[in-house]
Amino acid sequence: MAETCALRLRELRKNFGATQIIRNVSLDVATGERHAIIGPNGAGKSTLFNLVSGRFAPTSGSIRLHDEEIAGLRPYRISRRGLSRSFQVTNIFPRMSVFENIRCGVLWSLGHKYTFWRNVDNLRDANERAEQTLEQIHLSARRDTLAGVLTYAEQRALEIGITIAGGANVILLDEPTAGMSRHEAQDAVELIRAISKGRTLVIVEHDMGVVFDLADRISVLVYGEIIATDVPERIRENAAVQTAYLGTAAHA
Amino acid sequence: MELVTFSLLNGVVYGLLLFMLSSGLTLIFSMMGVLNFAHASVFMLGAYFSYQIGRWIGFWPALVLAPLLCGLVGAAIERYGLRRVHPKGHVAEILFTFGLSYVIAELVIMAWGRNPIENRVPAVIDFPLFQLFGTSYPFYKGLMMAISVGMFTFLYLAFKRTRVGLVIQAALTHPQMVSALGHDVPRLFVLVFAIGSALAGLAGVIGGFALLTEPNMALSLGPIVFVVVVVGGLGSIPGAFIASMLIGIVQTFAVALDYSLLDFMHVVGVTVTRASPFHEVLAIKIAQAAPIIPYLLLVVMLIVRPRGILGTRET
Amino acid sequence: MRRRWHPGWWAAAAVLLAVLPVVPGLESSFSRSILTQMAIAAVFALSYNLLLGQTGLLSFGHAVYFGLGGYAAIHFLRAVNGGLPIPIPFVPLAGAAAGLAFGIVFGALTTRRAGTIFALISLGVGELVYAASLMLPAFFGGEEGVTASRTKAPHWLGLDFSSQIQVYYVIAFWLLVAAFAMHAFMRTPVGRMCNAVRDNPERAEFIGYDPQGVRFIVFAVSAMFAGLAGGLHAINYEIVAAEAVGATRSGVVLLMVYIGGVTHFVGAILGAIVITWLQVSLSDYTSAWLLYLGLFFMAVVLYLPGGLAGLVMLHVPFVRARAMGRVLRAYALGLAPVLAMLLGAITLIEMAYRRSTQPEAGARMKLFWVSMDTSTPWPWLGAALLVAAGYVAWRWISPRVTAAWTIASEEVRVGGARG
Repeated sequence: MAETCALRLRELRKNFGATQIIRNVSLDVATGERHAIIGPNGAGKSTLFNLVSGRFAPTSGSIRLHDEEIAGLRPYRISRRGLSRSFQVTNIFPRMSVFENIRCGVLWSLGHKYTFWRNVDNLRDANERAEQTLEQIHLSARRDTLAGVLTYAEQRALEIGITIAGGANVILLDEPTAGMSRHEAQDAVELIRAISKGRTLVIVEHDMGVVFDLADRISVLVYGEIIATDVPERIRENAAVQTAYLGTAAHA
Repeated sequence: MELVTFSLLNGVVYGLLLFMLSSGLTLIFSMMGVLNFAHASVFMLGAYFSYQIGRWIGFWPALVLAPLLCGLVGAAIERYGLRRVHPKGHVAEILFTFGLSYVIAELVIMAWGRNPIENRVPAVIDFPLFQLFGTSYPFYKGLMMAISVGMFTFLYLAFKRTRVGLVIQAALTHPQMVSALGHDVPRLFVLVFAIGSALAGLAGVIGGFALLTEPNMALSLGPIVFVVVVVGGLGSIPGAFIASMLIGIVQTFAVALDYSLLDFMHVVGVTVTRASPFHEVLAIKIAQAAPIIPYLLLVVMLIVRPRGILGTRET
Repeated sequence: MRRRWHPGWWAAAAVLLAVLPVVPGLESSFSRSILTQMAIAAVFALSYNLLLGQTGLLSFGHAVYFGLGGYAAIHFLRAVNGGLPIPIPFVPLAGAAAGLAFGIVFGALTTRRAGTIFALISLGVGELVYAASLMLPAFFGGEEGVTASRTKAPHWLGLDFSSQIQVYYVIAFWLLVAAFAMHAFMRTPVGRMCNAVRDNPERAEFIGYDPQGVRFIVFAVSAMFAGLAGGLHAINYEIVAAEAVGATRSGVVLLMVYIGGVTHFVGAILGAIVITWLQVSLSDYTSAWLLYLGLFFMAVVLYLPGGLAGLVMLHVPFVRARAMGRVLRAYALGLAPVLAMLLGAITLIEMAYRRSTQPEAGARMKLFWVSMDTSTPWPWLGAALLVAAGYVAWRWISPRVTAAWTIASEEVRVGGARG
């Protein structure tokens, strides 16, 4: 089913010096799928995202986005091909307003690139797309607030907003509900469900409630290797997964 | 032959001087991320202090006291000045030391005046070391070399063989972890700043004889030290060593060469007349062009290998 | 659609610039020449603000583009003197063109890295160009520089541009154009990304932009306007010398932008005005002016990172909430101790400078209308006492000042909640 594979990882490896963080990861994420990656701390989940989004270059292996090789490319090149990611530690533009933050996220995708001869307030498409995204993440009321003074949950929402603003069709979300209360996390899940309609979503999460609520399939990453990839019900019952999380296999 | 030997010796002395300055700068930068613009100013203070102490007491006490004083000045700069600027980010730190370099230069003028001072080689070390090809090589230059090498050996041993040195090495890359382990990292910062400044001061004591001791000293030598640090690779002390020796030797040789590209072309049989627009550039003697050699090297480095000789990829 | 470029402000600025040199009190040739200097400095400072304030690029060698633009313009003016039929108001464009060209060439090299390394590289390039300028007398004119004449040029609209007032209007015109253009640049997609790259260059990469590309573009644009300023400098002074590319000029524009307020557009203009005024007037009164400037700069870095413009902005909420009176009264309380410390320190500094730099002028000197003999210990003791007393008084009174500030801030906050 290669033609409906949005993201394909093959024998991916990443070493930092002598330490192997990602060991031989192979994974297929189908187009339109909502795929969760879970695993104990230190398994390498964020590193995996960093490899796919271009923050790090893999030591060896292949990463194919829509059947094009992207391993080792700079992040901006990967972003231009339709893959966008959010960060676990909020990574926004603190001295710009919320609206400006989002608008920056749409500029390249709409082709405005390095334009220096047009006033950005006159770019109807950019402003409309930005307003729409603002609506989606429920931050319209904070439109002109400086991003640096938002509350934590608002910043997390903005983080997602910047990620999706450009209309990427493959979205990577790195622990989007980290640090949120139960209530805030539920809102976040609804938001993620809405924005991932028609797109491919790969999400790293620790909150099992979120994972089992959202994911079509789950991969479990332990010590840099994927020990299981399956639908949520079967992952729940998988003995190897239980061992990895709990130390012993639970008896049914 | 004589020219080559003496130029080489002088180049080595100059290179060691540059290394003394650039190693202190690199130490401070590696540990604290601060680019200390005032580093060359402390070098200048070393020269002036040694002159003054030399006049009041004598050369040998000056050799010890001046660097100590400079170390104290460095400690004070970090403890009472930079410590307050750290939370504001690297740009603010650079700007603080930038302003400080102006202020120190003016304080020097306030104390010693605007004119160069007569910082002559003290009689006690002013005699020839050896004779080669009929020209004598002064003892004090040999002493400079010996002091530099001695200082580096001492520092190397201090860092690699003592506990404090071990902690400082760790703090160089992971200050927060070292702090979590219970070490007083702010105090370490003060110590490292003091050591770096003392090094600069020592360089000032011996450099003060070789170069003109005047309030503009820091402005002329400062940028070259920065070039050394960038060419060697920001954060790498071995790289700073290679770059210092390279620039020191090449520049010293260049000053002795009274030839121009025009002369070389003439030898090959190509003549360029006055009327040609390139004549002026080609007629520049290498000795005249010596001041820009470090900066040309910087530009070449940027094109060929932007991270420097031994630098790592991060900024 | 909200208009972001406030035509009212620009019109007011144009009127102000037009009216300034004919205001009674500013009509002398001396003040007109200072106004002109300030205008040139403002263009230069605005170009530097594009780099530092808007994109976070700290450069220690921006004078390179100012100077090279100036040299290009002065050579162009020489060609005009020799018969090229271009009137004076268009000569600065040669400076802008040269600035842009060199900005592209050097920018391609230097914008590969950012942050600290970029700062060092800019320093190195600055030193390179300065040293080269002393080695190539044909283009750079050696130590004396290159001269040209404003008078041997074609007239335009009936004007010959030989008088200071006419030159002022040409320069004021270009200041208005340049300021408008730079402000508009910041409102373009590239301009917005400059701010983004300043705030978070890594994130900018993940939304599709190469930070180096953005930096390169703003660098070239900034160099162009710096070259324009150099061109204005050339037609004003009719001479350009090596100091125009030197480290001092680079340092001064940094001071201007930072002291004026690095984040605000207006800050660059404010800084240009204040520092130019200080340079011109302070150096007449004291040989220690560079020390005062350096200390002032360090104080701004430590205590006032938003600069003078930031200081004004800080007080706007107080004015709105009508709490300004309380704040001003608090400042008045602290005024006496601060003045005492300043007076004492200045006296000590001036006396020390007199002794070290002007020994031939003798031991007696006059400061603030008080005559003193620096060879006796009394003036020294007196000044030191003044500093000590001022410090003690300040420590005693500063809690009252802070308290007043806190109360005023509270009024602002409550007023905001209510309003």
